[in-house]
Amino acid sequence: MTRKRRRLYMVLAAMSILAGAAALVLGALQSELTYFYSPTDLAAGSAPAGRSIRLGGLVEEGSVERLDDGVTTSFRVTDLTSSVPVTYRGLLPDLFREGQGVVTEGSLSADGAFVAREVLAKHDENYMPREVTDALKKSGQWRDPTEATE
Amino acid sequence: MIPEIGHFALILALMVALVQGSVPIIGAAQGRTAWMDVARPAALLQLALVTIAFLALTWAFVVSDFTVLNVVQNSHTAKPLLYKISGVWGNHEGSMVLWVLILAAFGAAVAVFGGNLPPPLRARVLSVQAWIAIGFLAFSLLTSNPFERIFPAPLNGRDLNPLLQDPGLAFHPPMLYAGYVGFSMAFSFAIAALIEGRVDPAWARWVRPWTLVAWCFLTAGITLGSWWAYYELGWGGWWFWDPVENASFMPWLMGTALLHSAIVVEKRDALKAWTILLAILTFSLSLIGTFIVRSGLLTSVHAFATDPERGLFILLLLCVTIGGSLILFAIRAPAVQAGGLFAPVSREGALVLNNLLLVVACGTVFLGTLYPLFLEAATGDKISVGPPFYNKTFVPIMVPLIAVMAIGPFLAWKRADLAGVLGRLKLAFAAAVLAALGAVALEGGPVLAVLAMGLAAWLIVGTLAEWADRIKLFRAPLGDSLRRARGLPRSAHGMTLAHAGLAVAMAGMTAAASWKVESVQVMQLGDSVEMAGYTYRLDRVDQVQGPNYTSDIAQVTISRGDRHVARLTPEKRLYPVQQMPTTEAGIHTTGLADLYVVIGDPDEAGGWTVRIFHEPLVPWIWAGVLMMVLGGIVSLSDRRFRLGAPARRAKAPAGATVAQT
Amino acid sequence: MTTGMVIGRRLAYLAPLAIFGILAVYFAWGLNPDRDPRALPSVMIDQPVPEFALPPIAGMDGPGLSAADLRTGEVTLVNFFASWCVPCRLEHRVLIELATQDKVRLFGINYKNKPEEARAWLAELGNPYGRIGADTTGRVGIDWGVYGLPETFIIDRSGRIRYRRAGQIDQQTLNETIRPLIRELSQ
Repeated sequence: MTRKRRRLYMVLAAMSILAGAAALVLGALQSELTYFYSPTDLAAGSAPAGRSIRLGGLVEEGSVERLDDGVTTSFRVTDLTSSVPVTYRGLLPDLFREGQGVVTEGSLSADGAFVAREVLAKHDENYMPREVTDALKKSGQWRDPTEATE
Repeated sequence: MIPEIGHFALILALMVALVQGSVPIIGAAQGRTAWMDVARPAALLQLALVTIAFLALTWAFVVSDFTVLNVVQNSHTAKPLLYKISGVWGNHEGSMVLWVLILAAFGAAVAVFGGNLPPPLRARVLSVQAWIAIGFLAFSLLTSNPFERIFPAPLNGRDLNPLLQDPGLAFHPPMLYAGYVGFSMAFSFAIAALIEGRVDPAWARWVRPWTLVAWCFLTAGITLGSWWAYYELGWGGWWFWDPVENASFMPWLMGTALLHSAIVVEKRDALKAWTILLAILTFSLSLIGTFIVRSGLLTSVHAFATDPERGLFILLLLCVTIGGSLILFAIRAPAVQAGGLFAPVSREGALVLNNLLLVVACGTVFLGTLYPLFLEAATGDKISVGPPFYNKTFVPIMVPLIAVMAIGPFLAWKRADLAGVLGRLKLAFAAAVLAALGAVALEGGPVLAVLAMGLAAWLIVGTLAEWADRIKLFRAPLGDSLRRARGLPRSAHGMTLAHAGLAVAMAGMTAAASWKVESVQVMQLGDSVEMAGYTYRLDRVDQVQGPNYTSDIAQVTISRGDRHVARLTPEKRLYPVQQMPTTEAGIHTTGLADLYVVIGDPDEAGGWTVRIFHEPLVPWIWAGVLMMVLGGIVSLSDRRFRLGAPARRAKAPAGATVAQT
Repeated sequence: MTTGMVIGRRLAYLAPLAIFGILAVYFAWGLNPDRDPRALPSVMIDQPVPEFALPPIAGMDGPGLSAADLRTGEVTLVNFFASWCVPCRLEHRVLIELATQDKVRLFGINYKNKPEEARAWLAELGNPYGRIGADTTGRVGIDWGVYGLPETFIIDRSGRIRYRRAGQIDQQTLNETIRPLIRELSQ
């Protein structure tokens, strides 16, 4: 076995493993990314139904209700422009509160309601998740005032 | 006064590091022994100074000195002593002091135990180690001074985040940092070797035990964090592929590759440039991990205080450390002599395959972790990459790795007979088929889970078969076998233990991920729920006052048929200072499964939301990881590594037992 | 070995460095302060305060708050708060310190809060606010560009917004930013 042959084998092995991994990664990037949407995006109908997405915003004041089965909660997530009804079956995280930021992961049902599989709250009690901040920025609500005052 | 002493000690440590980083390495270049000899006392002095700083900060926390800003923000007089102490590193500023302390401890260890290292190598290693210390001491002093005073002093502190007030998490950061920082040793040795332009088996004999120490700590640290998430967050999961978790997992994968490639350098004098690159990359990933966590670069469920100024400083540090070392690598590595030849089917070949798969697996984790940043930079889209991505990329890459893991140890160096080895693995193959069939019979699927159970059986039986083969178990008289077992190097026993541990952990991970059962319901007092053969009855819920919290403690009785199994007391606590509720899950382990109960909020009718999980084989994950760490410790006690072994032995088991408390 | 191969090998050794270089650029981009939710540049900075007139919290004595109150030639801190906001509770101590020790003029806007809850909250923690406007619908909050609580604005003597803090005021911000700015604007 010459040095050159050995190097050839190693390069071939490395290439085939890399190619395999690249194929896996590309495939997964096609189908397994969870896109982030704001309530306004959902209201505009830009999110596909059935696909797993994240929805972030503020939990609307006074919208949290526990349904009759006792373990399903319904609430509305708002970015101060639009709001989307969300249902979630399970225990809400400790930091879930009305008026606070929240990120939920789930999918849009056919009737336009968002069914959450997971409700995420940050460990940081000081402020809201960045994704929520960005959703609110994107909804344009906090840019309005300059135009409103002029 | 004492905080000022600590602050002053930290500044002095920086001065000492400047000396240690320059004089010895110049001495090594010019062949001046006296200059090189500066390194050892400097390293010891640095350890002493940083220890003083660390103790000063600890003292401020223990006596609740609220003139120190850091204490105000992270402590409270009503906090138990353990959490006053863990509060020292439960925040950014203090954790940097701990980081530097561990770094100094590793440097001092080289100074003390490096007696038989060639003096120029020792001088260079200690100088490189000092460069890292300079970076982090400057970072600590310039952007995150832990001793900053506040006047007038408030009457009480803001308390440590209640989620962090937990024994598991109290020891998680020190273990994790010991792992991260431990890889700096391999890094310093790699840089020193590049400067000298020489890599030989003696070099690898030095790098390997240090890497192994770091690896043991990191393994224990990651597991401790995972275990904490499992019982404290109340989500019933133990790994979420969160950026913060990935940040510690990537150096682990790379470090594992380094551990194996260093064997090839040591035994066969081959793969030298590659091993140096792995040493650089492993430590670089530790630094990038620190960077991701502290700069707010990525969205994570674990939030840390973020500060763009700090982020910029760390980025600068990263560019100098990683960029500088990679430039050095590009210039000097081509000059490193290529080593011994080997056939593709050989122990070396198997280890190369192990390395390729581990590095590629690490690459997929890296891509998944940073892809949200890349995509946001390119298109502005916000995405998150969750478990499905890793299940489709990382997991399939692990499959061939595990398959080869059972074969590798059987292969001879240089050239091996694959057919003969496979013949000796018949038993393992039979066990794999049996385990897969068993999984189908018990659970029925999914395919990947069945395959993984089969692989776990293949790995454990294959690993044990190799060990039995070596000591001729059942083929020679038992006494003869025992004699052989005693004669076997400790590192061989260590490998067997670690590989078997991975098989056990893998079975646990597979079962927990695939066959977990979960139910959520409202229960009135006295109600019962049946799940996976167990009956859970909610007996009562009491309000209890803790030292710095109030708590609703439920009593849940679990029975199986007529047999009483356990009484669990899941809690929901409220910490009034921070107005923050936390969940304490109640867990009973049967060895084959965890019975896991979480209590939620009461409803108007006096019922309580209760979430119950049946978590199959989760205890195996912790047991398997413990075996891996023990394997590492056994390997460290090998005669070949006898240098400094006593000190390491004294340190490492403490970490291992913590992982299971 | 040909020269081409030698160059090829050299390039292979440079590859890790190149990859890290690209990565560093992304990291630097990621640190761009616009991405940091805590240091928000506000389009409201240096703008006059938006027009508004709010009633007091129902059931409480005292005047409400309107834009005219912020144009009286005094430096003023305007703080958006609510009883449902946990960080506001933590921030409250700092506000009381500002109002009593520093004698800063502090006005509050009670954002999307039920009057009885807001009253109970102020009774429990103390009321540092000279005037409070009740923004029950959140409309004024939208005009100010508030997107989360707490938020604090510093208004100069001519009634322009000079500073905005999104999130809780901590000791560091208080000492290093807010106090110096108030001193500077008051001169």
